[in-house]
Formats: sequence, structure tokens, C-alpha cells
Amino acid sequence: MNDAPLNRAELTAAKNKTVTRRLFLVVLGMFGFGFAMVPLYRLACEVGGINGVAGTPAGRVADTAAIPKPVDTSRVITVQLDATVNTGLPWEFRPLVKQIQVHPGEKVAVSYYAKNLSDQPITGQAVPGITPWQVTQHFSKIECFCFTQQVLQPGEAKEMPVYFTIDPAVDKQYATVTLSYTFMNTERDYTLTPAQHAAMNTSH
Amino acid sequence: MSVATTHDHHHDHHGPPRGWQRWVYSTNHKDIGTMYLFFALFMLFFGGAMAMYIRAELFMPGVQLASPDFYNNMVTDHALVMVFGMVMPAAAGMANWMIPMMIGAPDMALPRLNNLSFWLLPAAAILLMLSIVAPYIFPDGGTPVNTGWTLLPPLSVQNGIGMDFTIFAIHTLGVSSILASINIVTTILNMRAPGMTMMKMPLFVWAWFFTALLLIAVMPVLAGAVTMLLFDRHFGTSFFDAAGGGDPILFQHLFWFFGHPEVYVLLLPSIGVLGLVIPTFARKPLFGYKALVYGMGVLAALGMVVWAHHQYTIGMSLVATNYFMIGTILISIPVGLMLMNFIFTMWRGSMTFETPMLFGIAIILMFSFAGVTGVMLAVVPADMQYHDTMFVVAHFHYALIPGAVFGLYAGVFYWLPKWTGHMYNERLGQIFFWWTTISFNLTFFPQHFSGLAGMPRRIVDYSIQYTEFNMISSIGGFLFGLSHLLFLFIIIQTIRGGAKAPAKPWEGSQIGTPGLEWTLPSPPPFHSFTEAPVIK
Repeated sequence: MNDAPLNRAELTAAKNKTVTRRLFLVVLGMFGFGFAMVPLYRLACEVGGINGVAGTPAGRVADTAAIPKPVDTSRVITVQLDATVNTGLPWEFRPLVKQIQVHPGEKVAVSYYAKNLSDQPITGQAVPGITPWQVTQHFSKIECFCFTQQVLQPGEAKEMPVYFTIDPAVDKQYATVTLSYTFMNTERDYTLTPAQHAAMNTSH
Repeated sequence: MSVATTHDHHHDHHGPPRGWQRWVYSTNHKDIGTMYLFFALFMLFFGGAMAMYIRAELFMPGVQLASPDFYNNMVTDHALVMVFGMVMPAAAGMANWMIPMMIGAPDMALPRLNNLSFWLLPAAAILLMLSIVAPYIFPDGGTPVNTGWTLLPPLSVQNGIGMDFTIFAIHTLGVSSILASINIVTTILNMRAPGMTMMKMPLFVWAWFFTALLLIAVMPVLAGAVTMLLFDRHFGTSFFDAAGGGDPILFQHLFWFFGHPEVYVLLLPSIGVLGLVIPTFARKPLFGYKALVYGMGVLAALGMVVWAHHQYTIGMSLVATNYFMIGTILISIPVGLMLMNFIFTMWRGSMTFETPMLFGIAIILMFSFAGVTGVMLAVVPADMQYHDTMFVVAHFHYALIPGAVFGLYAGVFYWLPKWTGHMYNERLGQIFFWWTTISFNLTFFPQHFSGLAGMPRRIVDYSIQYTEFNMISSIGGFLFGLSHLLFLFIIIQTIRGGAKAPAKPWEGSQIGTPGLEWTLPSPPPFHSFTEAPVIK
């Protein structure tokens, strides 16, 4: 303590400024890191597959049409069809058949039924999912209503087809595959009137 | 500059300003610490009231008191209030009071920033309270915030206006704790008295050093995540919206990147308090001081890289789940080391069992219990079974109530004589200890069983076979809540009077902590260490 008190105080103040500035930079960096996670996470999912559900980060299954392969009639795979409507979308949405038997390599067509229960036109987008996820890379959708956005006028109903084939290379342990769709409202109007809620609940 | 200097000197020679200005304009670390502690005490009762509602609702099967949405809103805000409004401010209040006194600094490094970081808290608390009432006040208020404290999309995107208030409250709380952390790290690095080297600092200071570093690293990520949520809700982005090419799982990763280190943010200050209380009342120096310091560093570092063990069930690849499982189990090594060091500190010590020490021993026992259930939950196949059951609720309440809250109670009883200049009523303190400990176990122990039997968490109703467990739990919960009225009474009684506390209120004070706080009288003067002391 040979220094004059003022010198020591000034020195500390200068040091405080440096340390504080560096710490603020760390804070800014970490705030940026959070946003950098958006592309990084996408990359980690594409390259490393850490998210498990195969395909692109959007959950969309690769839509490259498979080169025709011989149909493997010795095996049968049960494909279960599943439909969910996001709460923000006042639509009825269900598969026409609950499940079908297919041979690997066979080209199959199935249809879903969708109806707009509201009094306004709505654009929806279906997001597909395949369970178990290991089958995803062998499950090719040749044509699907989920490839584009779907517009339904008030009260309009539509059949929505899907054409798909399952690659015979798929592992033998997968005897049952579930193809599920969730229909989302692209217009981001998530609040439903109580009447719409009631209509959705009674329609199922 | 020179004007400011004269102004400061003016204050040195007089006492604190009178009336409301003393508190609103305060740049004094002791006054700000006091405000932090009273704020935390208020929020303890606010969050506790929500817990009482939750236990009342779960007393019997069926939906008795309010709507399921309101129940889930209370579950959400009980967590947010207790984590951000109670434990963190209480720990920050102790840091404000004790760190400058322990390291021989006249005040925090950035006193005005200190004032700001406290006064952001009441603003955040008001925002959080508004988030509860907003859905009922606004004509198009939408659903209450019923997501749980994890705020997971897509539900949080679909919530009503209350979610916006919650997001702003989290922003405000985040800024507050980031500013406080920057202040604490700067104080510890620059403001130590000559001779007070880093490795001479009391363990509490080290604990807060790591806590503050963790907060600086992870709070901005949470702020970023809730900002993205806000943009998804109102500005047409699709960070987490699958319909627009986003991924809701990304939010989980961002949230738990913050959320898991947050557990150590809550825990470490209490470990720091334990590191003073145990040696004081065992009258032996802390066993393995260096190991404890390094152990806390390892704990903080490991805590940053194991977040996804909260997300085993989302369908991660096996490689990823294996990594997070092994990392999580590794954490039991530094934690076990700390608990062992505390036990070795007590080994053959001359122990007495005043209230802080009772809490200290209870923490070691009950926190180890949470550690054991934690290892169970870390194991992937087992966690698939336990995920989102009351078992998880039991686990983290055993971790956070003994681990964090009892540590703060130990700190309150340990330092009340120093803060107020009066000894608290030891008999009442011990009654409070036994009352809380027994009722806490009565509340949360049965939840292990109902959880293992399959009772899900965050659901307002339950199947009738869980009735007995829940009744016991609720009775315990009411007793636990009631015990805090005694806590309040003891604090008020100690502030108003009681036996005069000496500078070293505990016989083992100087053994417990090598810091400088015991060289000051109790209560310490408004300005302390304006001349830096020298440690040999």
C-alpha cells in the first residue's frame, strides 16, 4: 500500500472497464451463438443425423423418385396411415383406408380426405413423418399432396392422393411402417372460435 | 470526473441518504444485497402460494379448483418465479452482501450497474404477474401460459398474449442476471485486497465466480431462443414452425443448453455456503479446498455439454443419446467429490449443531439422494420409463430444495447476525429446520412412488390409484408452506432485536472462512474497507 489511494482507485477503475468490456463481448458472442445454432443444427441433422428422423431438417422425406426395382413378392409390409390436424387448422383430415399391405418395390396409391370446416379459404401444408425412422431412406414418395401447399375453399372437400414405393433393400425387421401427416395452417391464425372448436371435435 | 470524485467523498463522510432515495438510488452493495434478499423473500411466498394451489388441486383426483389451463399456468409460473425470482435473487443478494466484504473491497466493481440489475427484477416480476392475468383482461387474450417453464413450441407459439409478457419477463430477468454476473466477475478479478490471492478466497466467492461465468455463457442463449419464439409468434418467421421449414426440436436444444447449466447456477452458490458453514461448525479447516475449487470448475464445464439428457425421448440418434448419457453420469464424479470433502471436513471435528449446520448436514444427505435418482434418470433406457412422470418432479425437488434452497437458508441463518447485528432465536431456528425438513420429505418422497407407478407430471387430474400418495404429498406440502411463516417471523424478530452479535458470531467463524468479513463489526458500517486491508 505504498501507492497513493487515488492512483490505486484509478488503476482499478481502468481494469474494471477492460474486464467489463470483455465480458460484454462474451455475452454478445453467446447471443449470436444461439442464432448460429439455427444453421448449425440443420447441418448437424443433415450430416450427423443427430435428430434421428431422417430426411431434411424440415422433416420432409427425400422425394427423389426411386428407379423401378423388381417387386419382392415374397415379403409383405403393412403400411399404417395416420392423420393429425394441428390445432390451428379448422379442417377435417383422415386417410380413406387405415392400413394396406404392400410388397417392397410395388407402386402404391392411397388417398386422404380433407375438408375445410371454416367459413373462409385456408391454405394448409402437410408435414409427413415415417415410423420407424430407419425406413425413411427406403420410403420414396413419387407424388404427394405434401409436396405443395393445399388451398381449400369454405366447406370444400378434396381427396388427396399419395403415390409411394418402398425399396426392397429395406431391412427385413421392419414389417410395419407408419406413414403419418400433420396438416398445418400456413396462415398462422391460430385462434379458433369456440364454434370452430366444437365443429372440429364433433367431426371426428 | 473530478466532480464525481468529490461527490463520492461526500458520501464517505456521511451516512446513507434518508428515505426512499437510499433504496431507489442505492449504489451500496449492502443495501442492494438487502433489497435482493427481501425481493427473494417476497417471491418465495408468491411462488409458494402457487405451489399451495397445485397441491390443493392434486389433493384429490378430479378437477376441483380451476381449469386445467390455469393449473398448467400455475405449474409454469411456480417454476419461473422460484428459479428466476427466488433462488437466483437470494443468491445474488448474498453475493452482493458478502463478496466485497470477504475479499476486502469497498464495494462492487460497478455500483451503478448493480443498482440497475436489481431494479430490473421488480419490473420483470410485474411482467410475470401480468402474464397470468393478461389472458383474462384482454378481449382476445387466448390461452394462458400453459407450457411449463420450458416454453416448448408449438404450444408456446399458439398460447395467448400471456406468453408475450412471459417472454419479456425472461428478457428482463436475463439482462438483470447478466449484468449482475458481469459485476461479480469483475469484482472478484479486480477488487481483491492486496494479498487476497484467488486461492485464498472463501469457497463462497469461488462458487459465485463459476456461477457468474455460467450465467454469462448461457443466459444470452436463452434470450436468443425466446426472441426467436417472439418472432415466430408475431413476425412471420419459422424458426420452430414445421410448416415453414423450422424445427421445434431446435428450441428444446437451445432451451436446455441454457436450462441444464442453470441447475448449477442454482446449486453452486449453496455449495459455496456449505463450504463455509461445515468448517465453521466442525471447527476444522475445509478439507480439500483446492479439490473443491477445481471440482466446481469441472462441474460448471461438464454442465455446459450434457443438456440433451432432458430430451432422450425426442428420437435422437443412439450415438447422441450415448454421449449425453455418459457425460451426465460423469457429473456424479465432481459432485461426489464435493460431498466427500464436506464429510471429511466433519470427520473428527468438534461439531455443534446450530441451525446453519443442521441445514448443512441435511443438504449432504438429501442432495445425495437426488444424485442417486439423477443417475437413474441419466440412464437412457430407464429414463424412457421415468420421463415426464412425478418421479422427475421428486428428483428435481430433492435436488433444488436441499441443494439450492436449504443452502440459502443455511446462509441466511449463518449471516443474519452479521447482517442485522442481532443473534436470531436459536430454538426457533431449530424448530424451523425440523419442521421444513420433515414436511419437505413428506411432500416429495411419495412422488417417487407415484411417478414410478406412472403418474404423469403437469396434468391437473390423475387416476384414482395415486390418491393416497397425493394426499400425503399435499398434507406435507401445506405443512412445508406453513413453516415459512415461522421463517418470516424469525427474520423479522432478528431484524427488530435480540442478543447483540459480536464481530465473530460463531466460535469457528475464522476457521470456516479465511475471508475478511469477520474483521468487521456486526452489523458492518455502511462503507467498509475504504482503505484496503492487507492480507499477509
